[in-house]
Amino acid sequence: MINYNKLIFELSNKDRIGYSLPKQRFTNYNIENLDPSLSRQTELLLPEVSELDVLRHFTNISNKNFGVENGFYPLGSCTMKYNPKINEEMASNKAFRNLHPLQPANTVQGALEVYYNLQTYLSEISGLKEFSLNPYAGAHGELVGLMIIKAYHEDRGDFKRKKIIIPDSAHGTNPASTVVCGMDVVEIESNEFGRVDLEKLKAVLSDEIAGMMLTNPNTLGIFENDICEITKLVHEAGGLMYYDGANLNALLGKVRPGDMGFDVMHINLHKTFSTPHGGGGPGSGPVGVTEELSKYLPNPRIKKLDDYYYVENSGEALGQISSYFGNYMVSLRAYTYIRTLGKENLRLVGPYATLNANYISKALKPAYELPIQGYCMHEVVFNGLINKDTDVRTLDIAKRLLDFGMHAPTIYFPLLFPQAIMIEPTETESKETIDDFINVMHKIAIEAKEEPEKLKQAPTKTPIRRTDEVFAAKMMIFSYKDYLEYINNRG
Amino acid sequence: MFKYFPHTKADIDSMLKALNISSIDELFKDIPESVIFNSDYDVPSFMSESELRNHFAELAKKNQELTLFSGLGLYDHYQPAVIDALTSRQEFMTSYTPYQPEISQGTLQYIFEYQSMIQTLTGLEVSNASMYDGSTATAEACFMACAVAKRNKVLLSSTLNPNTINVIKTYLKYKELEWDFIEEKDGVIDIEDLKNKLDKDTAGVIVQKPNIYGIIEDYSGFSELIKANKSLFVINADISTLGVLKSPKEDGADIACGECQSLGMPVAFGGPTLGYLATEKTYVRKMPGRICGYTHDLEGKRAFVLTLQAREQHIRRSKANSNICSNQSLMALFVTIYLSLMGKNGLKEVNNLSYQGAHYLYDKLIATGKFKDPFQKPFLKEFTLQTTLPKETIQTALLENGIFGGLGLDVFGDKYEGLVNFSVTEKRTKSEIDKLISILEGLS
Ligand SMILES: Cc1ncc(COP(=O)(O)O)c(C=O)c1O
Repeated sequence: MINYNKLIFELSNKDRIGYSLPKQRFTNYNIENLDPSLSRQTELLLPEVSELDVLRHFTNISNKNFGVENGFYPLGSCTMKYNPKINEEMASNKAFRNLHPLQPANTVQGALEVYYNLQTYLSEISGLKEFSLNPYAGAHGELVGLMIIKAYHEDRGDFKRKKIIIPDSAHGTNPASTVVCGMDVVEIESNEFGRVDLEKLKAVLSDEIAGMMLTNPNTLGIFENDICEITKLVHEAGGLMYYDGANLNALLGKVRPGDMGFDVMHINLHKTFSTPHGGGGPGSGPVGVTEELSKYLPNPRIKKLDDYYYVENSGEALGQISSYFGNYMVSLRAYTYIRTLGKENLRLVGPYATLNANYISKALKPAYELPIQGYCMHEVVFNGLINKDTDVRTLDIAKRLLDFGMHAPTIYFPLLFPQAIMIEPTETESKETIDDFINVMHKIAIEAKEEPEKLKQAPTKTPIRRTDEVFAAKMMIFSYKDYLEYINNRG
Repeated sequence: MFKYFPHTKADIDSMLKALNISSIDELFKDIPESVIFNSDYDVPSFMSESELRNHFAELAKKNQELTLFSGLGLYDHYQPAVIDALTSRQEFMTSYTPYQPEISQGTLQYIFEYQSMIQTLTGLEVSNASMYDGSTATAEACFMACAVAKRNKVLLSSTLNPNTINVIKTYLKYKELEWDFIEEKDGVIDIEDLKNKLDKDTAGVIVQKPNIYGIIEDYSGFSELIKANKSLFVINADISTLGVLKSPKEDGADIACGECQSLGMPVAFGGPTLGYLATEKTYVRKMPGRICGYTHDLEGKRAFVLTLQAREQHIRRSKANSNICSNQSLMALFVTIYLSLMGKNGLKEVNNLSYQGAHYLYDKLIATGKFKDPFQKPFLKEFTLQTTLPKETIQTALLENGIFGGLGLDVFGDKYEGLVNFSVTEKRTKSEIDKLISILEGLS
């Protein structure tokens, strides 16, 4: 099946259909009566296929994908934990799925209750006062959080605070969000331990600093142990602290961002709270803030009075950043997850995730270069093989892992180490799975020495081999139409 | 033990032993004592699966599923059963960004097919892999116009959906870009006002079709004016209607964007849906988001990869076109499956059935004498009427009958006082429509 190699367009056969629609009921009206100047003139290039054609096609291409249920998926920074089935069952409930967001509040009390309570749980888990679930993803949450920081300073008439401090280990979305928010990035170099360098931080603090974005544990999987000092310094300089919650999983049961002095944060529900990643979304990036900043949270907001939930649009809010309530159905899944774990199990997430990562760290250290010593948190970053005498690179190691039926870790991020391999096992993986992974990684290290060509050729057991990326960028074939033109020109 | 944690006592002991430590707590020694959280979270205790089902059944009772006769951007179209069956496959649902193309061809191929379908519907050369929703896609289109034109102001049609306007305003305000509104006249954007307002600072002109009133605007002459001013023409269009309406390309647009919810997605209390964004290849380097391209593997097999990534945050960081990272990929699969099933005939048929139902309802409502059409312009599945009936009376009467419709547009502001919205999709039966008419007929 993995040799299936058709595009849906190539299955098309004129007049075949895959839908069933009601009979025409009002035949004295017809869209053909629309003025031709308003109507489409060009033919649509859409497939004409049967229902079974569609099922087979997408089932076959799905077999060329690797999901969490296929095997180990240690993609660092992404928290690829198990996505529970019960979450999906709850999210398929028609009594939620079929609600229009403009329905009057008294007809959607159940939906509002879930939204409201999830806000409350997230507040409790993160130690911040209030949340909005409207942002659609982590990066969207960052943007909203930065808007809040900007609004806070502007409201105080402090217009020159337009700089955001970001460590060089940060995810690319941090600087990108800063610029989208109309502010400037001040990047600071990490110290030899991969942490924020306090002296470098002090050197950039000024009355132009709006705030600092920090991931903790940082993208090296290391806890910023000077965190209290960092937040104190930034606060004293008049800035606010933003917490990138992508790595919150490590802290569940251990530390709350609010208690570390953060003022604003986002959470990736698609990481810590088990909602599926969907091949790259839909995720959800709720934003939480301190009491002082809560008035800026985006509209619409959901509030509660006695036992009644209602929707509010406030003039003080930073404005609207989504059409409605964000990826609501993703929130519903995260709510299910929290209720499934309850307070008893939520607190075990961080410890188990951290135990798994350290176990890997220790076991791989003899073969892979561990640039930062000491305990890691929920993920560990290596800098390629210790043995640098071969020309085997991190890319080759990652590709070879695919042949063993495992997903590759995140590679070449963070940028601090040129051969970065970032491994995040999560708490839902068993010791057996992790031992298998460790064995495979050791085997690859031996292959690197003895049969490097095997790694250079890898993968060989996957639906396709390594791809020609230069060709893709040069030819710019982005659609079936482009593809047909290319094939025709090629003859 | 707990079902999502496979750690037995023996596992933990042997892992701790391997690490030469006696408790997991030792791994957290870097965390200052003062910030350690030593108590239970104040969240409810765990629930078994059957308790959860009961809990949700209780919550569900507090929601009222209604027959939808108002849309305003989110429509109750038919959802083929095939879609849920396929989108819930774990291979699609639980994977992430296809950075390893060798084991992500499923995702990459449907993105390519999705882009192809958006390409043909908009007529423009390149679609990206998806945006969060229609409103954020439009805000990003504004940024794109400013980046391409190297100017810092956009002109927004007053007939855009107010949610879209609000989101655009937030985005522009924080990025320190400017905007102005083009006035409407008789329910459509006024070309004379556009002429007056186009100037050397105008990067783009943003319009919507069908507009907030459901009217199919006519953009004859627009593209010439806008291009002569070296600005970009951005059309926000409900994607489903592009099966029958003039495409953005035919209207001379440089960028097309908007909501894809109308392609059979549940209204889902507002999300997830999907925003699309398409443009011509000349502008592709200023486009936000992921783009998938065709290539081959080293054995010459057809393959798909993410390409032109030097536009994106993970490569370009502060110089990226946008901060978007995760998008709405699974919803792009939804769209691809929907459009595969519907094909070009199905999409026309859906539009025609919706058109027929909407026009039948329109004629009957006008005939009651209680509603007037202030605009008298062509529409497709959605229209706006003026009424002297108090909007509360309408809402209450309809809700009592399990109907959501005749929504007062003034939920979006006083400007819309006295205007009510109706929309009809192919799902609305004749008896549902007749019931709506008879309820409204009886009101005073
Ligand atoms: C550290 C970090 N920050 C931010 C993000 C952005 O999150 P999203 O992809 O949900 O926008 C990610 C994940 O991709 C991340 O790993």
